[in-house]
Amino acid sequence: MTQVPGQKPLLEETGELSVFAARFFREAFRPPFEVQEFLHQCYLIGYKSLSLVGLTAFIMGLVLTMQLRPNLVYYGVESQLPAMVGIAIIREIGPVITALIFAGKIGSSIGAELGSMRVTEQIDAMEVSGTNPYKYLVVTRVLAATLMMPLLATIADAISLYGSFLGVNLYEVLSWKLFITQVFDYLDYEDVVPAFVKCFFFGFAVGIVGCYKGYYSSKGTEGVGRSANSAVVLASILIFVIDLLSVQVAELIW
Amino acid sequence: MEEKEPVIIIRDVHKAFGKNVVLDGFNLTVYRGENVAVLGKSGSGKSVLIKCIIGLLEPDSGYIEVLGQDISRLSHIEMDQLRAKVGFLFQSNALYDSMTVRENLEFPLRRHWIDVTEEQQNAMVMEVLESVGLPHTVDMLPVELSGGMRKRIALARTLILKPEIILYDEPTTGLDPITGLEITELIKTIQHSRQASSILISHDLKLARIAADRIAMLIDGKCRQEGAYEELIAGADPAVLAFFA
Repeated sequence: MTQVPGQKPLLEETGELSVFAARFFREAFRPPFEVQEFLHQCYLIGYKSLSLVGLTAFIMGLVLTMQLRPNLVYYGVESQLPAMVGIAIIREIGPVITALIFAGKIGSSIGAELGSMRVTEQIDAMEVSGTNPYKYLVVTRVLAATLMMPLLATIADAISLYGSFLGVNLYEVLSWKLFITQVFDYLDYEDVVPAFVKCFFFGFAVGIVGCYKGYYSSKGTEGVGRSANSAVVLASILIFVIDLLSVQVAELIW
Repeated sequence: MEEKEPVIIIRDVHKAFGKNVVLDGFNLTVYRGENVAVLGKSGSGKSVLIKCIIGLLEPDSGYIEVLGQDISRLSHIEMDQLRAKVGFLFQSNALYDSMTVRENLEFPLRRHWIDVTEEQQNAMVMEVLESVGLPHTVDMLPVELSGGMRKRIALARTLILKPEIILYDEPTTGLDPITGLEITELIKTIQHSRQASSILISHDLKLARIAADRIAMLIDGKCRQEGAYEELIAGADPAVLAFFA
C-alpha cells in the first residue's frame, strides 16, 4: 500500500494516539490542576460553539420534518411525525451531527492552535517557564471538550425539536404543548441515556485527536494545516466508530 | 589568582536524529559572568545544543552540568527549579499569541515565583519592559508588535526572573541589520548591567564580535576551536577561517 508522504502508518499512529490518551488519564487527576485555563477553555469550546451548533440543529430539525412528512402522509400516519422526529433527533441525529460540527470547529481549532504553538516554540517556552504543557494545554482542552459536548448536544436536541415543531406548523396547526407531549410519550430512558453518554465519548475523541495532531505537529506552517485537517478527518471517523459501538453496548444493556 | 567558577560544563555530548548525527562529542565550559558565542552554519546543531542545556532535548550520551547540577539526574521539580535560574530567548520569540505583553511576562513569574504579590508582579513587569525600552506595549498583543519589538519583549520575558544564565538562540535572525544591531547592543547592555553568564547561539559574526567574550566554533558536531574573535581570525584552521571569510 502506498503511504502518503508525512503520514504515519495506521498501526503506529493508533499506538501513539493510545499512549497520548493514556497520558491524559495519568495527568488529569494529578495536581496541580489548571482550573482557570480549564474554565477558559469551557467558555471557548462550549459557549463559543453554541451559535453554530444551534443554527445547524434548528435547520436539521426543520429539514428532517419537511423531508419525512410526505411519506408519513402517504401512509396516513402523519400524526406520528413529532414522535418519529423526536426519537431520530434524540437517539441519533442530534448527538452525531452536533459531534461532527464540533469536530469541524473545535477539532480543527485545537489542532491548528497547538500545531502553531509547537512550530513557533511556544510549547517549549511553556516548559521552560516551569509549566507542564501537556497539563496546561492538553488536559484542559480535552476535559473541556468532554464536558461541553453533552451540554451542546442537549441544547442542540432542544433547538432541533423546536425547528421540527415549526416544520410541522408549516403544513398544519399544532400546539407546542401537544407536539412536545407526543415527542416525550414515545421517548424512554433507553433512548435518552445512551445518546447522552456517548456524547462524552464524542467530546473526548474530538479533544484528544485535536490535541494529539497539534501537539506533535511539525514541518512549519504546512504541518499546522495538515494537523488541523487530519484532526477533523480522524475525529469524524472516530465519532462514527464510537456511535457504532455505543449502539451495540446499549443493545446489550437494554 | 581567583579561580573561575564554571556555570555550564558540557562534556562529550552526542546527539543524533536517526542517521543524522548533529552533536558528535561536543565540549564547552562557560564560567560565571562570561558570554560565550557558539557559531556554526545553519543546521549544524547549535539550537539542539542549547535545547540539551535547558533539558528540552535529551542528549544520547555525554554530560551536561548547569549551575553545579548534572541535568540528567534532575527530577521534574528540580529541573523546573533550575530553569527558573536559566533564561532562554527562543529563535522564534515564542510569545504566547493569545496573551497580552503583560500576561506573557507574568506567565513565568506566576509559575516559578508563586508567592509574588500582584503589586510586585506589576512592578517587575514594568521594570523589565523599561529595561528593553517598551513600557508602552504592556497591554498590546504580540501580533500588534513589529519583529524587533517582539524580540525585545521575548528578551524581557527571559529577564523577568533575573536569571543567572541566559541562553540566546539566534537572537538576531530574521531581523533587518539595523534592528539586529539594536538587539545586539541591548544584549550587551543587559549582560553588563545584570552580570549574567550567557551562551549566544548564532551565525551572526557581528553579534558574536560585539557581545561575546569568547567564541566556540561548532563544526561537524564538535567544538572545532574556541577563543576570542581576534584569535580565531588569526588561526590557521581553514574550516574556521571559511566562516569568517
